[in-house]
Amino acid sequence: MKHYDVIVIGGGHNGLVCAAYLARAGKRVLVLERREQVGGAAVSEEVFPGFRFSVFSYVVSLLRPEIIRELDLPRHGLHILPLESTVTPLPEGGYLAQWNDHDQNRRELARHSLRDAEAYDEFGLLLHQMARIIKPILRMAPPDPASLKPRELLELLRLGRHFGNIGEKRFNALWKLLTMSSADYLDEWFETEALKATKSASGIIGTLLGPRSPGTAYVLLHHYMGELDGVFRAWGFAKGGNGSVSAAIAGAAQSFGAEIRTNASVSNVLVKNGRATGVALEGGEEMSADVVVSGADPRRTFLGLVGEKHLPEPFVQSIRRFKFRGASAKVNLALGELPDFSCLPGRGPHLRGAISVSPSVAYLERAYDDAKYGQFSRRPYMDIVIPSMLDPGMAPPGKHVMSIFVQYAPYQQRGGWTDERREALGDAVIDTLCEYAPNLKSAILHRQVITPADIERIVGLSEGNIFQGELSLQQMFFLRPTPAWARYRTPIEGLWQCGSGTHPGGGVMGAAGRNAAFELLRESR
Amino acid sequence: MLKTTPFHERTAALCVSHAWRRWAGYIVASSYELSHEREYHAIRAAAALFDVSPLYKYMLRGRDAARLLDRVVTRDVLRSQPGQVLYTPWCDAAGKVIDDGTVARLDETVFRMTAAEPNLRWLEANALGLEVSIEDVSESIAALSLQGPNSRAILEALGELPPLRYFRLAETRLRGIPVSVSRTGYTGDLGFEIWVSAESALALWDALVDAGTPYGLQPAGMLALDVARIEAGLMLIDVDYVPARKALIESQTSSPYELDLGWAVNLGKEQFVGRQALAVEKERGAQWQFVGLEVGWEDLERLHAEAGLATRLPQQAWRMSVPIYSGVEQKGYATSGGWSPLLKRYIALAHLRAPWAKPGTPLDMEITVEHRRRRAAARVVKKPFFDPERKRS
Repeated sequence: MKHYDVIVIGGGHNGLVCAAYLARAGKRVLVLERREQVGGAAVSEEVFPGFRFSVFSYVVSLLRPEIIRELDLPRHGLHILPLESTVTPLPEGGYLAQWNDHDQNRRELARHSLRDAEAYDEFGLLLHQMARIIKPILRMAPPDPASLKPRELLELLRLGRHFGNIGEKRFNALWKLLTMSSADYLDEWFETEALKATKSASGIIGTLLGPRSPGTAYVLLHHYMGELDGVFRAWGFAKGGNGSVSAAIAGAAQSFGAEIRTNASVSNVLVKNGRATGVALEGGEEMSADVVVSGADPRRTFLGLVGEKHLPEPFVQSIRRFKFRGASAKVNLALGELPDFSCLPGRGPHLRGAISVSPSVAYLERAYDDAKYGQFSRRPYMDIVIPSMLDPGMAPPGKHVMSIFVQYAPYQQRGGWTDERREALGDAVIDTLCEYAPNLKSAILHRQVITPADIERIVGLSEGNIFQGELSLQQMFFLRPTPAWARYRTPIEGLWQCGSGTHPGGGVMGAAGRNAAFELLRESR
Repeated sequence: MLKTTPFHERTAALCVSHAWRRWAGYIVASSYELSHEREYHAIRAAAALFDVSPLYKYMLRGRDAARLLDRVVTRDVLRSQPGQVLYTPWCDAAGKVIDDGTVARLDETVFRMTAAEPNLRWLEANALGLEVSIEDVSESIAALSLQGPNSRAILEALGELPPLRYFRLAETRLRGIPVSVSRTGYTGDLGFEIWVSAESALALWDALVDAGTPYGLQPAGMLALDVARIEAGLMLIDVDYVPARKALIESQTSSPYELDLGWAVNLGKEQFVGRQALAVEKERGAQWQFVGLEVGWEDLERLHAEAGLATRLPQQAWRMSVPIYSGVEQKGYATSGGWSPLLKRYIALAHLRAPWAKPGTPLDMEITVEHRRRRAAARVVKKPFFDPERKRS
């Protein structure tokens, strides 16, 4: 039986990041990936001949700069192209744009509201400051407030001091962000509906909550933490699609000596006397390791790969209670021509940025209403990019690919997800979008619709939740995935977790993988 | 996209340098000619015409307009006279400067405020419970600044110009075009600012150029203005100070006292934004001072000679943070500076820790000579560097 220092289950971006850091530290590491390619939900595939898609996750921003730097990802092929704008088309034929250039942005906002144009900078500054306060936490293993271990106590103390030092005004602002709904929070700042809606949309992404649900303001901040070249809240698109993010991390891991095996589906973690000793593959092959790290989500890891019989009952209960509730779907289109938006006709710079179908908070909340009662939104929120505008290699010359993030499409669909239901969702998406870009229907050459059930089936994310578990306050920090086990360790000795289901959560961030690797290395020293 | 001012048709035709710069989302000429030199000298020797339309402008009308402004700015607006213009900073509750500009009292109940940054929201936030209407007229009102010793003669050639004292204004007509003229400017020279509706902008430009040409009138850009305003010791937002609303950290903010604007703070007023904090600061004394610096020629010459070079001077005014030392320790930083072609002196505006800010204090300013960092002797001098009698006439 082959023996490794560490076996990482799942070649998603966090598994790969974790493997890369462990291999860099001299560990003999094996990554096992069930699918034929690594990446998990960060993959690029030629879905239709000549048309490449970031099939699931589709933008980069949250990827931690320290990971890019330390693993030297650019050397392994990572090239991030900037997304420069967000345009929100409006039902009456107008639009609201947010541009990168300060003057241009102010001018555009002033067209809708002089007050909002003014408030925008102050709002940005405050969120920048809030993000600065939260950011150091992203890099730490969350200390358990109930722990009496000296190291955790010390970390708690340091954390307490960190928050003690931010000042009353900022603490109050942070508290508001932690407790309010994104819509209520934005109401305090802005009056333009489309601006509030488009901003609040970052608070609901991936979550079965509406813009008026308390707690969503924090998720808004989570998205402000993205950073490119030192600029906060900058979004980019990886050349070649998000698969090239995974490929670059895999390349880095391999350059440090990690071994990666694809088409290697783990059936279970081998546990002997309360200790993980290795894994068994679906074909029956077994391999042993000192440490097993799971990049899979908590439900899959503990209830699937480990099995309840090896785990204490209260722990099993709390993993069962960990909420997934996938809420989003994806529609990928191969286009014969560019969409022509009625509000901004022609091939303008807006097609190089994001297009957000979020005309008003009420629109988003109504979309959520459908989901609350077990239906997909008849008129959903959509975040659209046209990657071929930034990277022509994604489509044949003159043709385009369009990526549409769709919400809400709840996993728990009344009657379950069927082929008809999937296509009905696709129709709802296209019909809604055609209200803004009437030529879209005739421009479509191929269409791929991915429901949360598909995400679960293909990628293995439970209930299709893109964050490996809802990014809501009761499932964050020392509660992610469950109290006392938020520091990447598990009740099984020698078994660790490194997926987005652990702190600090999802997005193509890599922080969980890096934190887990550092914790593991500290322990094994 | 970037906007052009109502004068663009004329300024674009004149701008042979194609050197434009951004100002509050507009483009304005850096210099019209290939070099800004002649434009600068026109300010001091004849007359220069600047397009200052990108300023933010607000009309405040109503019974409580004076009360609102008095509540917002640090100077006493209630006691201002119709026809008077006040230059003033305004602060946040912590007494840190948000912006600076002018408040012009057109009438008992009508004011025009100019600002470098948008302030509509700030004004509205402070207008709660007051009977006042606030209108943003930034785009509908165009503005020209006519500066230089001949500026008065040019205006007189155009129409009935009531005798205007320093910081006074009047409504009048210039060649039939209704305008508001104030005896103000940003050059420290004799000069006027002219406010006109955007529709009449081009006609006014033409009239001024027509009447001004015999007096040596020269359209001038921001590079020339920058030299003049430094000579005049006038600070520039975003360059010499960070407005409190944009500050990332507290140490970036400044109080009026730290910007040498203590004279513009009227603590005798019962209440205004930042009053409490400012009273405390006045009591305690500002920790920083904003001063004039003069860099010694002998040292400049010596440092260049050591590198085998003749003394080189900055060709344009610079705007960046330059360390100022006393002995080995840094005691402050200069934020703008340059060579004054008129005074033949190397001057700079600097923030210094209070104990080192007294006129005459010997200091060193960092300069780069042939890729090497050196220190040139400098001393604190009184602002303004240039203060002609005609400035107040």
